[in-house]
Amino acid sequence: MAEFTLNVNGAARKASADPDEPLLYVLRNDLALKGPRFGCGLGQCGACTVILDGRAVRSCVTPVAAVGDKPVTTLEGLGSTAHPHPLQQAFIDAQAAQCGYCVNGMIMTAKAFLDRHPHPTEAEVKRALAHNLCRCGTHPRIVAAVMNAAREA
Amino acid sequence: MNTTLAMTRRDLLLAGLKAGGALVVGFPLSGMAANAAAQGVGKPKDFGQVDAWLAIDHGGRVTLYSGHVELGTGVETAFMQMVAEELDVPFQAITVVQGDTLLTPDQGPTWGSLSVQVAGQQLRKAAACARRALLRRAARKLGAEASALVVKDGVVSGGTGTVTYGALAASGALAVAFDDAVPLKAPKGFRIVGKPVARVDIPAKMTGEFTYMQDFTLPGMLHGRVIRPTGMQAHLQSVDDGAARRLPGFVKTVVKGDFVGVVARTEWGAIKAMRAVKCVWSDWRGLPPMDTIYDHTRHAPQVKTEVVKTEGDVSISLADAAKVLKATYEFPVQTHGSIGPSCAVADVRPGAVQIWSASQSTHWMRRQIAVLLGVDAGTVRVRYLEGAGCYGRNGHEDAAADAVLLSRAVGAPVRVQWMRADEHGWDPKSPPYVTDMQGAVDANGNLVAWDFETWFPYFVPGGWKHGAPVNGVPLLAGSLMHDTAGVQVPARQMSGYGEGNTWPEYAIPNLHATIHWLRTTPFRPSWLRGPGWAQNTFTNESFMDEFAAAAGVDPVAFRLKHLKDERGTAVIRACAQRAGWQARPSPAPHTDGRVARGRGFAYVFYDNKRTYVAAACEVEVDRKTGKVRATRFTIAHDCGLTVNPDGAKAQIEGSVVQTLSRTLIEEVKWDAAHVTSLDWASYPIVTFPDVPAIDIVLLDRPEAPAWGVGEPTCSVVPPALSNAIFDAVGVRMRRAPFTPERVRQALSAAQA
Repeated sequence: MAEFTLNVNGAARKASADPDEPLLYVLRNDLALKGPRFGCGLGQCGACTVILDGRAVRSCVTPVAAVGDKPVTTLEGLGSTAHPHPLQQAFIDAQAAQCGYCVNGMIMTAKAFLDRHPHPTEAEVKRALAHNLCRCGTHPRIVAAVMNAAREA
Repeated sequence: MNTTLAMTRRDLLLAGLKAGGALVVGFPLSGMAANAAAQGVGKPKDFGQVDAWLAIDHGGRVTLYSGHVELGTGVETAFMQMVAEELDVPFQAITVVQGDTLLTPDQGPTWGSLSVQVAGQQLRKAAACARRALLRRAARKLGAEASALVVKDGVVSGGTGTVTYGALAASGALAVAFDDAVPLKAPKGFRIVGKPVARVDIPAKMTGEFTYMQDFTLPGMLHGRVIRPTGMQAHLQSVDDGAARRLPGFVKTVVKGDFVGVVARTEWGAIKAMRAVKCVWSDWRGLPPMDTIYDHTRHAPQVKTEVVKTEGDVSISLADAAKVLKATYEFPVQTHGSIGPSCAVADVRPGAVQIWSASQSTHWMRRQIAVLLGVDAGTVRVRYLEGAGCYGRNGHEDAAADAVLLSRAVGAPVRVQWMRADEHGWDPKSPPYVTDMQGAVDANGNLVAWDFETWFPYFVPGGWKHGAPVNGVPLLAGSLMHDTAGVQVPARQMSGYGEGNTWPEYAIPNLHATIHWLRTTPFRPSWLRGPGWAQNTFTNESFMDEFAAAAGVDPVAFRLKHLKDERGTAVIRACAQRAGWQARPSPAPHTDGRVARGRGFAYVFYDNKRTYVAAACEVEVDRKTGKVRATRFTIAHDCGLTVNPDGAKAQIEGSVVQTLSRTLIEEVKWDAAHVTSLDWASYPIVTFPDVPAIDIVLLDRPEAPAWGVGEPTCSVVPPALSNAIFDAVGVRMRRAPFTPERVRQALSAAQA
């Protein structure tokens, strides 16, 4: 076990973990940030996505030791039900969830994407989200939510 | 009764059922209190009492007790709408307790798109009964006839003044019988039913504040993982957990027969221990080769053959007909594929077993777990917490059984979450479907005979235990433990259904449908969204299209010609109109170029008794790669009264996308020993670039009973796609999934 000080959602957070422990478990179980979710542990589905130093990464395959002092943003770091981020609000407005388990990955991937491509086409949004899986079939609403957020930004 | 209400509210807090998206705080009951609670002392749960269904507190807040649960389909919100409407209280005044076996009536599993249709209707009637009882109390208090009183937002007015529901209910339980014939509010007075009310669960799901099953924790909770055999029925020969024992935080390796699990203090510790334990398994290789699965299905041992439909005489009409067609349709073994693997927390103590689960049927699960542990079901309490989307009986019950065994072994609460390979490898599977069709038209092109013959796993009758039927899919842990003391055979081994839509609702004078009920299939069978109905509709609606094409008639016109049902006709017409359907026979005139375009149509009266759906889809087929891409789906839908039109649309969209994925690309793969499609690379599902545009027409009929919404649409998607591919390139895809390889092969065969 080793001690780590992570820069999460703008605050220094200490955690004791195995160096090879994926960031996902540290966030969820040590820092009580449940936004990122376990889906596959293989980097295939995107449910665990966080923004690390401005890029959407799969926290289930990111060892905590590789994070260093780079800023980590989780779903909780964007906003809350009392003060949702505009992208979260766009998802609420579009009712873009069924079970909602994958939505963390959708919002975090879309956030990192929109930060670099603020005026995307619908096809670009679909490509950006192509490696995030949704089983309920909420895709049309998710695309609509991201497009609406981009329009209103 | 105050005791009951007090306990109910306390239990509500203890259960941590989300109120305003608050974090769940677990609180294990202990000793006598737990035992009493687990016995279900206190709150009534039987259908005959209104207090079983709802409670109203002093402040006028309404608590609903629903055995049906929110699986991500919006039923929590729909239930709130239905009850707010019937009771005349504000929507926001309602909280729904779901799937807690101590508190909620056993309404059976949340399945079959029956939540609004059946479970919601029960809640609605309970609300109507409660309203009537409250108005009787108000009449005495206000000195007026009950019929002269009006209610708005839980405040009763008339006679000498006003009184609130809260004040009227303050005297305690309503203590009135549930009246199935209670008069219900007329649709013309609806103010919230029929409106696109935003779902109550969505905001917290968008911010990380929602507590899913996978997020739930208890004080002192340990983490478990399971180690499964390398072959599906391989036996454990040896276990070496020496390396695991040296890991920090390791607690225990638990072995019961072929069940192997590890417990550790942290989740990562449990995963590392799982990987460090070395198991040697026997070399079991008993699975049939993948490419023989349908033959295997035809020749599997049968329980019986059942003729489920017979009208007229198909043999005579087939012999006399102008034209006879025969075809075989096949639909593959598929997995549920929830994005979050199955998860449960269990706390097994002497005399009190507590389980938190995302099971779609907590009441059934409670009885199964009691049998597994050899305890009285009265000592087991299961509380529902929503997990990742549930589309049928997946692995939640099995994960709970795993957690229960591990908790019992270590004497502490244990959380088990399956790894991805556990889920893809070991969840019960939608069984293989194979159906032989024969049909005939007369000289005028009228269908005269329709003969359907399929092979399908049966509901195996079994025993009873502790005075209650034990229903459900056998628990995996029980099977691995080889616990054969008569307890792992449920009273009815539920399979994947099969009878629904075995015959089409067209006017055909000679109809015959046969099911050969199988003892089992190579994989533990269970139901997956639209079970049987979807596959049967694939068969019947594709076969319908074959006749239309053979007759050179437009597929929509051919269906309308054979349909007498007015609502069905209206749905077909609405779909065709919205899709801009141009009447012509299939296939489309040949076009040059690599990409061929086509359109397909399908229609269903779901389960032969509820919800009309028609689908028109447009596809592009790449002649070189064989890839099929659906570009647009138009759905027309009549489910009677639509409680929440936006929720209905969301379900229809989801059904189109998920079933499109199942039809075009999904198939479980295996070798002689085990499933080999253990991740999303080997079992891909549809992704954003391949999701079609979806256009929906809802034919709302407020005066008609509210029918189900989710599953019915699933059934029209496979035939619409098959028919569209035929329209585009002239080859008939009768075996799903329609992978590029299969389409290429079909195109080559057609050219040869």
